Amino acid sequence: MSMQSAPETGKASLWYDPKIRGYVYQALLIGAVVYIGYTMISNVSQNLARQRIPFGLDFWDSQAGFDINQALFPYSARSSYGDAFWVGLLNTLLVAAFGIFFATILGFLVGIARLSKNWIVAKAAMVYVEVIRNLPLLLQLLFWYKAVLEPLPRPRDSIAIPGGALLNNRGLYVPEPVFSAGAGLIGAAFLLAVFGSIAFYLWAKQQQAATGRIYPIGWLSLGALIGLPAVAYVVTGGPISFNYPAMGGLNVRGGITVYPEFIALLLGLTTYTAGFIAEVVRAGILAVSKGQWEAADSLGLPYSRTLSNVVIPQALRVIIPPLTSNYLNLTKNSSLAVVIGYPDLAQVFLGTVLNQTGRAIEIVGITMAVYLTISLLTSAFMNYYNQRMALVER
Amino acid sequence: MNVSANASAYVQAQSLPQLPAPSNTKGPIHWMRANLFASPANTLLTLVALYLIATTVPALLKFYVFDAVWSGSGRDACLSDKVGREVGACWAFVGDRLQYFIYGSYTQAERWRVNLVFLGFGISIVWLLWDKAPFKSVGFLFFFGILPISAWMLLYGGARAEFWFLIAGFALLAWTIWGDVSATRKGETGVFTRPESLIRYGILAAMLLFGLYVQVGPGELPVVETGLWGGILVTLLIASAGIVFSLPFGIALALGRRSKLPIIKLFSVVFIEFVRGVPLITVLFMANVMLPLFVPQEWSPDRLLRPLIGVALFASAYMAEVVRGGLQAIPKGQYEGAMSLGLGYGKMMRLIVLPQALRIVIPGIVNTFIGLFKDTTLVTIIGIFDFMKTIEASFADPLWATPTTRATGYAFAAIFYFICCWGMSRYSISVEKKLAAGQKR
Repeated sequence: MSMQSAPETGKASLWYDPKIRGYVYQALLIGAVVYIGYTMISNVSQNLARQRIPFGLDFWDSQAGFDINQALFPYSARSSYGDAFWVGLLNTLLVAAFGIFFATILGFLVGIARLSKNWIVAKAAMVYVEVIRNLPLLLQLLFWYKAVLEPLPRPRDSIAIPGGALLNNRGLYVPEPVFSAGAGLIGAAFLLAVFGSIAFYLWAKQQQAATGRIYPIGWLSLGALIGLPAVAYVVTGGPISFNYPAMGGLNVRGGITVYPEFIALLLGLTTYTAGFIAEVVRAGILAVSKGQWEAADSLGLPYSRTLSNVVIPQALRVIIPPLTSNYLNLTKNSSLAVVIGYPDLAQVFLGTVLNQTGRAIEIVGITMAVYLTISLLTSAFMNYYNQRMALVER
Repeated sequence: MNVSANASAYVQAQSLPQLPAPSNTKGPIHWMRANLFASPANTLLTLVALYLIATTVPALLKFYVFDAVWSGSGRDACLSDKVGREVGACWAFVGDRLQYFIYGSYTQAERWRVNLVFLGFGISIVWLLWDKAPFKSVGFLFFFGILPISAWMLLYGGARAEFWFLIAGFALLAWTIWGDVSATRKGETGVFTRPESLIRYGILAAMLLFGLYVQVGPGELPVVETGLWGGILVTLLIASAGIVFSLPFGIALALGRRSKLPIIKLFSVVFIEFVRGVPLITVLFMANVMLPLFVPQEWSPDRLLRPLIGVALFASAYMAEVVRGGLQAIPKGQYEGAMSLGLGYGKMMRLIVLPQALRIVIPGIVNTFIGLFKDTTLVTIIGIFDFMKTIEASFADPLWATPTTRATGYAFAAIFYFICCWGMSRYSISVEKKLAAGQKR
C-alpha cells in the first residue's frame, strides 16, 4: 500500500500543493499592486508635468492670503498655509471635544430615558432616536445652520440670555472673564479641591471595602469643588470680573464670540451622535442580566444606587467599546463642517488651501493622515482598555 | 399529603368568601398610575414631557398642515401679505419642483428612460428583499449583473451604448447557456426547461430585444450628459452603485482578512483600516481631485463616476467588517466538515461557509446600507446634484423665494430620507427576528 501511494504523491503536480499555491497567489498580488502603483506614479508625474503643478511641501510656508474668523491662535491673511493647517486642526479638535462631552451627556440621558418605566418619556426618547438616526447628518446640519440660526434677529435686536449673553444671527456673545491679580489663587484652590476629591474618593473606596461604611463622596466633592474656589474668591477680594457683551454701533462689542457655524456644527454633531450613543447605552444596560436587578432589589438598594453601583459598572464593559467608536465617528463627521463653512481641517485645508494651491495629492494625503492618526490612536486606546476590562476567566 | 379533616385544627375546612377584585389593577386609570404617575419624580417627568409635546407638536402641525399652502404657481401663493392669512409650509413649491427633485435636469423627453431604470430597480429590490420571492439566484444575476449595465447604458445613451449593451447581453446569455450546458453534461436533466432558466432567458431576451429595437427602430438613444443627471435618480444611483460594488468586494476583503496567507491578509487589513479611519469627505475629495491624476489623461473619469468609485470603495471596507463578523460566527466544525469532504477553498466558501455567514449578517448589511444611503448626501460637497443638492439649489430660485420655502424643502427631504431609512431598518429588524426565531429552542 505504502509502495503504491508514495509514487502518487510524487507525481502530483506542484500546483496542487497548497503552500506553493499560496506563494503564487501572494506573488501575483504583490505583482499587481506594484504594477498598479508604478502606473499610478508614472501617470501622476506625467499629469502633473503637463498641468505644470510642482510636487512637494514647499507651499507650506507661503502666505495663505485668506482670513479665518475662528482661530485659536493669532492668525491673519498674512500667515502661512502651515498656520492655516494648524488652525483647522485645532478647530476640528475643539468641536470634537465639545461634541463628545455634550453627546455623552445627552446620549446617556436619552438611553436611560428609553428604558424608563414612564411611558411618555420612553416613547419620546424612542421618537428622538428614530428620527435622528434615520436622517442624514448633512440635512440636520443644514437645518440647524440655515433654518434655526440664520433666522435669528439681527445684532440690533439681539436676544438677551439671562447671565449677560447675547444671541443674534452673527453668533452667541458670552461674557468674557477678566482676571486680575489674585485670580491664580482661585485656580489653585480649584486644583486643590480636585486633587482632594480624588484622594478622598480613593480613601472612601478603601474604607468601604474594608468596613462597609459608605461616605457621601459625591456631595462632599461637589461641596469642595464649589466651596474652596468660592472661599478663595471672597478672600482675595473678587479678582474676577466679566466683560459683558453690549451693543455698540451695528454690532455687538465685548465678550467672547461663539460663531453660528460652530454652534450649528456642535448642535448637529451632539444631537446626531447622542442618538447613536443612546442606543449603545440602552443595549449596554439591557445586557446586564435581570438577576442583577433583582438581587439589588432584594438587598433593598434604592433605584439610584442599583443603577450606579450594580448596573452601570457592568453595563460599561459593554458600552465603552462602541462608545469609543461613536466618538471617533463624531470626530470624522466633524469634517461635514465644509457644508456650513465652519473652519475645521476639512474646510480650511481640504477646501480653501486645496483650491488656492491645487496641490491635490499632498493636501488630501496630509488630511487623510491626520484623521487616520486620530483613528489609530483611538483604536489603540480601545484595545488597551478592552484588555484591561475583559472578564478574566479560568 | 393525606390531610384529613381531623388532622389539624388549624387547617381551614371551608373556603373563605371571595373578595372583590382590586379596583385599580385594570383599565386606563390604573395604566396611567403605573406608567405615568408612579412616583412624584415620575409625575414631574410626565408633566415636563407633556408640556414639551404640547408646545411643539401643535405648532408643527399648524405650520406643516393647517396653515400650509398646498397649491399655487409662484411665490405669491405662499406670501402671507398676498394671501391675507398666516402662511405655513409652502408645499406648492415642492409640488412645482418635484420633477426637478426626481430627475434633476435630465432631458425632459428622455425621462422615460429614468422611469424604466426606477422600475427595474424597484422590481429587483422587492425580488431580493422579499424572502418568499421565487428564483432568488436569478434575482441576484439581475441586480448585480444585468441591472447595473443596462441602467448605465440606458441612462447615458449614445451610439456606443447599445453596442456595449448588446455585447453585455450576449455575454450574459452565453454565460448562462454555458452554465446550463455543463449542468446537463453532468447528468442533470431538464435544466433548460426549469422555470428558473426560463425566467433568466426571458430577461436576457427582453434585454437583447430592447437593444435591437432601439438599434433598428428609433435609432440610437440621444446622449444625456451626466452633468444633467440629478435628484433622486443620482441619490439612488450612488447608493445602488455602492451596494452592487461593495458587497462582492467587501466579501473578498473579508475573506482576505481571514486568509492564512500573510501578504493577502496584510493588504486587506491595511485597506480596510485605512478606509475606515478616514472620513468619507476625504475619500470623495480623493476620488474627485486625485483619481484624474492617477490615470492617463484620456481615461479621466466622468465627474459623476468619480464619487461613485469613492463611495463604492468606502462602503466596501465597512461591508468587509460586517461580513467578517458573519464569517467569525460560523463554527469551526463547518470549515472542518467541508474540508473533510474534500472541498477546496473556493467550494468550501461558496457552498458551505458564505451561504451561512451572509444569512446571519443580513441585518448588518442592511444597516451598513442605511449608513451608505445617508452618506450619499455628502456628494453635494463635491458638486454633484443629488436629491439634497437639488433641494438646496431650488432655494436660490427667486420664483419661490418665500420665508417658509426653506423649512418646507428641508421637511420634504427629511420625509424622503426618513421613509427610506426607517423602512430599511424595519426590514432589518424583521429579518433579525426571523433569524432569531430559527435559533430558539
